[in-house]
Amino acid sequence: MRATTLDNGLKVLIQEEHTAPLASVWCWYKVGSKDERPGLTGVSHWVEHMNFKGTENIPRDQVKGIIEQYGGSWNGYTWIDQTTYLETATRDALDRMLFIESERMARCLYHPDDCESERTVIISELQGGENDPDQFLDQELTATAFKAHPYRHPTIGWLPDLQSMTRDDLYGYYRRYYVPNNATLVIVGDVDTDEALKRVERHFGAIQPGPEPERIRTIEPEQTGERRLRIQKPGTTTYLKVAYHAPSATDPQFVPLLVLDAVLTGAKGLNLWSSFRLPPPQRSARLYRALVERGLASSVSGSLLPTAQPFLYTLSATATDGTPALAVGEAMFEELDRVRRDGISEAELVKAKSQLRARLVFDNDSVTNIAHQLGYFETIASADLFTALSARIAAATVEEAGAAAEAVFRPSNRTLGWFEPLEIRSAKSEVRSLKSEV
Amino acid sequence: MRPTVSDKPQTSDSRFPQRGLNPQRTVLDNGVTLLVKQTTTTPAVAINLAMRAGSACDPAGAEGTTWLLSRVIDRGTANRSAAEIAEELDSRGITLNITVTRHLFSLVCTCLAEDFEPVLSLLGDIVMSPVLPEPEIATRKGEVVTAIRQDEDNPAVRASETLMALLYPDGHPYGRRTKGSIEIVEALTRADLQRQHAARFAPGELTAVLVGDVDRTRAKEMAARVFGGWRTPPPSSTPLPPVRPATVRRRVVIPMMNKSQADIAYGFTTITRRDPDYYAFWLMNNVFGQYALGGRLGDNIRERQGMAYYVSSALDANVAEGPLVVRAGVSPANVDRAVASIDEEVTSLFAGGATQKELDDSRRYLIGSIPRALETNAAIANFLQTEEFFELGLDYDARLPDLLGAVTLDEVNAAARRALDPDRATVVIAGPYEDKQGG
Repeated sequence: MRATTLDNGLKVLIQEEHTAPLASVWCWYKVGSKDERPGLTGVSHWVEHMNFKGTENIPRDQVKGIIEQYGGSWNGYTWIDQTTYLETATRDALDRMLFIESERMARCLYHPDDCESERTVIISELQGGENDPDQFLDQELTATAFKAHPYRHPTIGWLPDLQSMTRDDLYGYYRRYYVPNNATLVIVGDVDTDEALKRVERHFGAIQPGPEPERIRTIEPEQTGERRLRIQKPGTTTYLKVAYHAPSATDPQFVPLLVLDAVLTGAKGLNLWSSFRLPPPQRSARLYRALVERGLASSVSGSLLPTAQPFLYTLSATATDGTPALAVGEAMFEELDRVRRDGISEAELVKAKSQLRARLVFDNDSVTNIAHQLGYFETIASADLFTALSARIAAATVEEAGAAAEAVFRPSNRTLGWFEPLEIRSAKSEVRSLKSEV
Repeated sequence: MRPTVSDKPQTSDSRFPQRGLNPQRTVLDNGVTLLVKQTTTTPAVAINLAMRAGSACDPAGAEGTTWLLSRVIDRGTANRSAAEIAEELDSRGITLNITVTRHLFSLVCTCLAEDFEPVLSLLGDIVMSPVLPEPEIATRKGEVVTAIRQDEDNPAVRASETLMALLYPDGHPYGRRTKGSIEIVEALTRADLQRQHAARFAPGELTAVLVGDVDRTRAKEMAARVFGGWRTPPPSSTPLPPVRPATVRRRVVIPMMNKSQADIAYGFTTITRRDPDYYAFWLMNNVFGQYALGGRLGDNIRERQGMAYYVSSALDANVAEGPLVVRAGVSPANVDRAVASIDEEVTSLFAGGATQKELDDSRRYLIGSIPRALETNAAIANFLQTEEFFELGLDYDARLPDLLGAVTLDEVNAAARRALDPDRATVVIAGPYEDKQGG
């Protein structure tokens, strides 16, 4: 992998992978929902949507088709620390991909009509998320676990902000954060590094840097007691979640906590783009045995994601039909107390390490996934953190895992939330057969 | 200066000649089909075992039997306890994914290359000799019942399942719920699951696809060692009832007033996968509801009207005439407008057809996307299973560009006229919406 920085501050990471005639380009910006001030929650994500709507040199009606003619796919996402855009296509599309990303960085249009039509698309996305009680609980739990840090609000934003934000809010935000000195361009695939770099220089070299974007400096104060949250809404199923404040990706306790998570719920990969597609190996994991094998829950999962600042380690369970939430919670706390008291065994450490090692291999099976990982880690800390991960995992000890359990699983560091379904007063569905209707 | 946005892509590449996947196919004496493809992209192997024993084989009145079997099959064998299986998988970082579709019961996983032999042997044991222990059945039933309860509160699932039940009525296997109902699941016994396994699992029904960093010969020998001695009689055939296309328009509303957004499922029955018009239907559907962000539907409903975060259509041509389904999630206030817009796009394609440019764009996209679709071991394995199941031929990946290339605009438009007709559409709306049209 070659890392270069252009004169305007754009960081460029290029890795040649000649396994398939493909190339993947990702352009990352250090801006996410943690950079949003009250009243503008959701602006990072909305800006991401606007950046697919045409630029000075890509007319609105020609956005579609540029990458498709190379059989490619494109997309983007926004989360708490980052916003990113990608294209993966046959390697001869490289120049077009770089052209699109350079246009996106500097020349998006933000036509007022497009801003308005996207407002309703995003509200529809938010409502779709609310349809899922598990996702709704997650959002409310996060907002309860943080009282000061902007990680507290959901990336999609709060509805009233989405209803009131203006085109100027969006455009101003875009101009502040979409500058080369706040971005990382990643290219992975069947490319020649020198040639690719020349193309990058040609497309991006003339884009002017901007002032260093202002950051919110809030640090979440230490939590001093357990917080609880009960949501009662019509539904059919009970969901429970426990969130602990957790170390950031660069913290020495991050990898030991990753090992603990593998012991408790099975190892996930660390690829936000692809890992969720493959559930963890967890049949022998402690919480699976304590909750699922005992019939208290139909599923259990853990989530520890690499973040720039301390975020959350969240455990989630779906209670089996008829099991009260707190019965699931008590069984979960029993296991967490035990790991906090006694730590993990050498055999568990060995198993957690093999799982994590396998997941790192599985998560790097395509140019798209490799490029994602380089850019993701560069955006939250540095790409070196990603390349050093295997060694850090291999070096983890039972003592470190025990110390992480002791530090993280304190009852005063947790927020417990559950969704309690209220009976649905259902209207009867109606079936009608019509020859035609308006 | 305006850079051009329509450079012609170059498709020839001397370093990656169009030699295709070239999998090695072998049929063992007992009828097990093996497909092996060696790759060296990652030090891993994708194992994909598919048994022709999907939910379409559920006994009448006992839908959900195959699904429950899929939840229990890997919880103990004649040679290993559930805990031993768990340990074997977990210690190697393997997630065994067991899925049930209408026609296939599949065990799929990826393992490190160094673990290939023990893992294949374990999977063989699970497929051939499950013991289905009573306590495991009881625990997994609890999980299935919970999952059914979750589905009952999920507008997207309710809309899709109701649509399928309407398109495939009278107990047609495509119209049944794969998980079954709570009542049926609770009544299922160990004997029911054993009977289902004995009746449907047989060597002649199994295709084992192995893709990854494993020597072809070694993979074949290993598979022969695992499955070669398996002898069971072939299952009886399970003919599918005929599919009758709708003759009138139907509309069902499932009010779910506890929800924020309504899900629309709107569809038709179409053709079988073996129908010669399949490629015309594929291209037609790409223009209609796939290309870029949802084809014509996406342009209208998401891009121009800003009504939905997602809208697209999916074509699932299958053994029987599968469905073409439009799905959209919209705000309750926009349901009527969204359905009217889907009708508008259906009518427009039905009556006016696609343009040559649309066809060319979709075709170029689908052909160009083949290398991306075949990049990972798991994706190749899945592709080879489809190839085998529908008897598409071992050179299918190499022939695919020509198959798509040969489709004419007339054929695409004929497919639109055959599949799409607003007067025969079945429309299901599930969400915080009540019918105001006087039904």
